[in-house]
Parts: sequence; structure tokens; C-alpha cells
Amino acid sequence: MTPLLRFEGLGKDWFGVPAVRDLSLDIPEGQVIGVIGENGAGKSTLMNMIGGIVPPTHGRMLWRGQPYAPQGAADAKAAGIAFIHQELNLFTNLSVAENLFIDGFPRRPGLLRGLIDRRAMRDRAARILARLALDIPPDRTLDSLSPGERQLVEIARALHRDAALIIFDEPTTSLTHRETERLFQAIEGLRAEGRTVIYISHILQDVRRLADRVAVLRDGRLVGEGTIAEFDIPRMIRTMIGRDLAAVYPPRTSVPREVPVLEVQGLSAPGVIENVSFTVREGEILGLFGLMGSGRSETARILMGLDPAERGEARLRGQPLTGGPRDRVRQGLAFVTENRREEGLMMDASIRDNLTLPAIERFRGGLGLDRDRIADVAQDLRETVRLKAQDLGRQPVRALSGGNQQKVVIGKWLPTEPRLFILDEPTRGVDVGARSEIYGIADRLAAEGAGLLVISSELDELMGLCDRIVVMSRGEVVATFDRRDFEERRIIAAAFREATSAGEAA
Amino acid sequence: MTAMLSPAPTAPAPRRPARRPLARALLSDWFVLWLSLAYFVVLLPFLPTLGTPANLVNLLSNAWPLLVVALGQTFVMTIGGIDLSQGAVIGLTSTVAAALIATAGAPEVLSKAPIWGLLIGETGGVLAGRIWFGILAMLIAGALVGLVNGALVAWLEMPPFMVTLVSLITVSAFAIWLTQSENIRNLPDGFVALGKGEIVSVYFGPKDTSQIPRRQVHDLVTYAAIIAVALAVALHWLLERTAFGRQVTAVGANRKASEIAGVPVRRVIVLVFVLSALCATVGSILYSARLEAGRPTLGEGTFLLDVIGATVIGGTSLFGGKGKVIWTVFGVMFFVLLSNTLNLMNLSTFHIDMVKGGVILAAALLDVARTRLLRSMA
Repeated sequence: MTPLLRFEGLGKDWFGVPAVRDLSLDIPEGQVIGVIGENGAGKSTLMNMIGGIVPPTHGRMLWRGQPYAPQGAADAKAAGIAFIHQELNLFTNLSVAENLFIDGFPRRPGLLRGLIDRRAMRDRAARILARLALDIPPDRTLDSLSPGERQLVEIARALHRDAALIIFDEPTTSLTHRETERLFQAIEGLRAEGRTVIYISHILQDVRRLADRVAVLRDGRLVGEGTIAEFDIPRMIRTMIGRDLAAVYPPRTSVPREVPVLEVQGLSAPGVIENVSFTVREGEILGLFGLMGSGRSETARILMGLDPAERGEARLRGQPLTGGPRDRVRQGLAFVTENRREEGLMMDASIRDNLTLPAIERFRGGLGLDRDRIADVAQDLRETVRLKAQDLGRQPVRALSGGNQQKVVIGKWLPTEPRLFILDEPTRGVDVGARSEIYGIADRLAAEGAGLLVISSELDELMGLCDRIVVMSRGEVVATFDRRDFEERRIIAAAFREATSAGEAA
Repeated sequence: MTAMLSPAPTAPAPRRPARRPLARALLSDWFVLWLSLAYFVVLLPFLPTLGTPANLVNLLSNAWPLLVVALGQTFVMTIGGIDLSQGAVIGLTSTVAAALIATAGAPEVLSKAPIWGLLIGETGGVLAGRIWFGILAMLIAGALVGLVNGALVAWLEMPPFMVTLVSLITVSAFAIWLTQSENIRNLPDGFVALGKGEIVSVYFGPKDTSQIPRRQVHDLVTYAAIIAVALAVALHWLLERTAFGRQVTAVGANRKASEIAGVPVRRVIVLVFVLSALCATVGSILYSARLEAGRPTLGEGTFLLDVIGATVIGGTSLFGGKGKVIWTVFGVMFFVLLSNTLNLMNLSTFHIDMVKGGVILAAALLDVARTRLLRSMA
């Protein structure tokens, strides 16, 4: 049987540097193909070639046996290929139905041809949504939907266009557990209809669960390919990074001390969190686990002074935390937020400018800033966080891979000598190699006596890294687990308990 | 919906290698300087008066006050804002200073003005002749306008465009009301010298007579030049070499990230708007002194276009996060040169403004192109 899409010796050079080389692969119709690889392995370049964004420099592609050389995005769309990115291409100010039909509204018949046939549009939208078991009215505007629902609307759009190949690029990064589950069901539905799916993700469990076949890229080459049965997670990791990763989670090198760094007592903000109390000790890595909307990130924002608390207090080394972020940074807090692009980095500024921003006032010299010291400190930070970068003073952060960008966000806090680090989703969108290095940095910070509060929706990560895990549900702390009591089933049950007993009101 | 397919619509286009030197030139700090020199050299054969000492000195004297004002605009744009009220601040401070320090008042002109008899009478302003008090009053008035702008932008999170547009309208109307749109003359000589007084003059003619005609002596170094250069150096230092300056750039690059990183975002915004208004005030001193009068409409009309145009042409980004004093120095040079050559071509003011508008549009496009280039090279 002719494969839906075939690559023959496909290659792409950027200024003579190969991003993808000599890649030959068949994408059989009606299957889910997981594509994995570290950042920079060539996944995006490959997808851009399929999408007609960049032309290949070597080899060719065959679509249903015919040569396929898209000149632009429109060609790929016409062929029947749809992309669903982590950043969605939807219009949040328009309704669901309008989003579905944005490139061809149904028109009224006859003389009123210039007008949109709203009823027809609504009916057709409702039919498409029903196929995805998505019970939202077509009239709702997108901004009233959750990220997961928006993702499903994006899929609905691909369905309405009757795409034969749907490519998902890290689709679950902003989804809750439940939404992810719904997305997976939708993807399985697509497969059942005979559509082909390419699924790109760093979350290997998800690939295991969804994919029929796996293709592994490393340094622009296809280094492994086969059925999912042949690829368990350790083999995926081994193939991706080209060596045995003894453990993604390096062993903890220190034990927490008895001295508390952060004491949170009865912290409440109506409708957000309720009576939250916990303690982080010196040298301790405390995990904060919960479903999205459980109040974990909200707690972090309140601790940082970004959002107000109504009652309760937080003390850092005995001193009550007050004021805005500036005051709290001075008191010794550091905050790595969950989205580094929006809240962590100046994307077009140099690595050095980013690394030295939080502590910039400490670099005052005789006449203005001491620029030699700034350069030295930036250089030291590069070593400390194992940053892979060429020129700290010229290279913009935008040019770094996700993992290295995250290392910049963590590294920039070190010169402020923080006592408590809050890391919110520290490894989101970060490849396995860099992920392990970030865990290593976290361990060293703890060994030096700082307290760490790590928030993550990946329980594996918290179980691998933390000394204790505090579980939140619906704005409240519902359980605390010591390392020796870590058990996935029990922790997840705790996270769900409130939510299930109260029904699905949220 | 082509966007659907493109994670990076501006993905690097590895076409001809010829693009690289062009890209590098576009991104260079010196680009506008080279552009100005090229423009000058190309036009020189067609406009013989362009290169005469008299015209060059004229060019410089036009550049200084514009530079002073544009420096303030550079800071505001670097935080991602815009200050439309600079011209109004110039009009207001010019009027206030003249009303206070004029050595005589003309009743036939000013007797209908609300300030007549209060601030100024036939014997001059209440601070007649006391230049430094007058300048202090100007700076206070200017700083107040900047403070209000900055406070509204920083604490009420209103868009700078809206806030400064309102200031522009109210402040300039207030200034015009003060004198009922009349100019106030009779400024003290010491004040006038700030705009016109020379320190070093040059003479290019033959040395065959002991008497040199006044109009052949050209003022090379003036008070205005010294004030403008000193201010530019000081502000360059402030932006590049101080923690405050780095925080200004950071706020423009990513306000949210700056706030989380402990940058006093609101304080930075307020100070930048105050600085912008103060720069406009210093510009007002130079313009009023040159005009030898206080004029409520001094910064009106297309003056704003000149300031914003010169700043943007220099390379300071309208999107914030990128601005340099040296860029603005070159931008002002280019803009003054452009105005000058258009004047020498005997075009009407309407034509001149049309051309200027086109050039500013080109500069804004250039900004967009630069931003894209930078991202695609990354």
C-alpha cells in the first residue's frame, strides 16, 4: 500500500549547516506517528518542510505516491495537511463558529450573497463539534473557553477542512489533565476515521499511549523508527540522546536542614486559594502538585506579591513578606514563572542583559555600572547553569533552545542570592538532556541551603526531585507526602479527591 | 489563513548571500550616519549652497534644540511609549518663562491676557531679568506635566498615546489661554544668549582687511551646542551605564518580566516621562531664546513630527526595548539635513511636510524590517 507521505533522502541546509539530513521515512495512512527528539534535533525543520514553509535542499517528498513540493502554506493546506501548534492560531474575539469558517463563511443565497448565512454556519459548526463530543455552543466566543477547549476547536477546524494528515506540535503544554484526556480521545477518534496523525511531544508517556509508530530524530538524522511495541520509554530516551541517561533525575546530594525558610500560614484569597499553610526548610525541595486550577500557580503568584492575599501571612526566614515583587526579591525570593517568554525573558535582548537584570543594582561601580564585573558574573553563570551559548553579549535569548532559555531564567536569579526559589513548571518544553541538567541545578541550589518550591503538573518530575510533596485541590492543601511515602496512585487520588466529590462544577 | 501553517512566518530566508552585508549595514549603529553622509554627497553638486559654511552652521544650529527634545523622546520610546505632549510642554514653558522674566510688557498686546497684572505688567514680569529663577520655573512646570503623564501611565496603566494626547491638547490650550495667543517679547539679553550666543566663531574669508563683516562670521560653538552635547553625553551615560538605564530598556523589552525581576517598573516609567518633559523644557529654552520671545504655540504644528521622525529614523524602536542616544544624534542630523535640503530646493512648506511624512513612514518600515531581520538571524 502506498504510504500517505514518504520522505526520500530529504535534507535541509541552513547556510551549509544541515538541520535535517538524508531522511527517508514512510508515514502510513491511518496511523498515529510519534515524532520525538531533543530541541534542535530537526523536528521543526521537518515539519516546516511538510508545511511548505521551507523548501528542502536535498531529496523529495511523495504525497500518496505523487511528488509533493509545496511552495507555501496554502499548498500544504490544499493537499490536506493541517497543523495544530502549541500556540493556537485562533481569533479569541470571535465565536467558535466564526473561527471554524473564517476562511470561507457560508453565504446567503441569491441577492443577499454578500451576507453571511449565520444559521447555516451555526448548524454546520454544531455538527462538527458534535463529532468531537465537544458540547459548547457555536456562538461562544473563544476567549470564554479554556485552553483545552480551544485546542479542540482547532482540531474541529482541521476536521471541517477534511484534512488527511493532522500534525500536532506539543499540543498538551497548556492543558489540564482532563483536557489532555479529551484531546487524546479526539486523536483516537481521528485515527478511527482513518486519518493520519503526526504527534510531536516531549512527554514520552503521551507518545507511548497514543502512537502506533515512533520516529526518533537526533542531530537532523532519523536514528530510530519502529512500532510502539519496540520502543519503551528508556529506549526512546536512549535513542534520542544517543547515550544511556543513567537517570533523568540525578540523586539528591544533600538532606534538608531543620531551619524553615518559608512559612506560609493560612494564606487565603477568595475564590483562588483558601487557608493554605506549608513550610519549606533550608535545603529542601518541596513539590506543589495539583490539577490546573487547583491554586498551585496562584499560590506562587501571591507569594511573589503579584496578586493580593486577603488573609494569612508568609514569612521568609522569620520576616513577613510584604509589598510588591521588588520588595520580595530584595527579601530573598526568586520566581521562575510557568511561561518564560511572557514573564521570564527579554527575548530580543542579549543573554548577558537577561542574566544580569534582577541583580543589576548590585553592579553599581564608581561611575555607573561596573561592566567588567557584569561580564565576569555572566560568564560564571554560563558555567554554573551549563548554558550552551556562543556570545553572551551579542546573542539574543531568542536564539537559544527552550532548555537553554530556561537555564537563563534560572541563572538570572543566582546573583540576587535568593533564599527561596519558586520554580513553576521548570521543565515545560525542555528536552530530556537539558531537563536533567535543570534538576541538577535545583539539587545544587538546595545543597547550598536555599529552599525550593517546585510546581509541576508532571508528577514523575516531582517524585524524582522533591523531598516532600504538598497536594492542592480546589484552592486548598489536601495532603502532604514525605519522600518515603511517595506513591503515584495515592498522590493523584489526593489531587482528585475534592474535585470528584464536588462533582465537575469547575 | 496561511498563518495556520507557519510557526515562524519570518523564518530565516537563506537566499542569496548578498543579503548579509545589507542586513549588517541595516543593523549597524552607524547606518543613519552613513545614510546622511551619502545623502549629503549626492545632493552637493545639485545644491551648491548646501556645503557653504553659512549653511553648515545653520544646519548645526537647527540640530541642537531638536536633539535636546528628541533625547527625551528616545527614553520614552525605549520603554515602549510615546510622548506626544513634548511640543505642548515647549509652548507652556516658553510662555511661563517669558511672562516671569520679560523686562517689559506691551499693554497693547497683552492687556487682555489673564496673566496681565498678575505675572507681567508694563515694567515686565514679576521676576524681571532674573533668568535663573525663570529657568527654574520652566523646569518645574515641565516636570509637573511629565509627572502627571507618567503617573497616569504607570499607576492607572493608561496607554501613553492617550495620556500624552490629552496633555498635548490641554496643556497647549492652557498656554494659549495664558496670553490669549500673544507672544511675550523683551526677554533679558542673558536669556537670549543661551540660544544665540557664540563662544567660538569662525571666519573663512581672506584676511586683507581688519574689519570683518558680521554676516561672514559664523558661530561654530554656541551655548546651545554646549547644552545639547552635554545633555546627550549625560543621557547616553544614563541609558547605557547605569542600573536605571538598563531598567529603562528592560521595561520596554518585557514589562511583566521586569516587574517579576524586581525592577521598580512604575518608578522607571514616571521618571522617564519626567525626563522627557524636562528635555522638552530645555529645548524650549533654546527655541525661546532664538526667537527672543515666549510663544505659547512654539511647539505646535509639525514639530512633533520632527521629534518623533528623528528619533525613529535614528533606530529607536517603536516597539520598545531598543533605543540608543547615539542613534538619535544621527537621526536628528539626518532629519535636519533633510529639512535643510528641501528648503534649499525652494519647495513650499506643504511639499516639505509631505516629503517628511514619507521619510518617517520609511523609517517606521525600517524599524519593522530591522526587528524581523534580528529575529530571523537569531
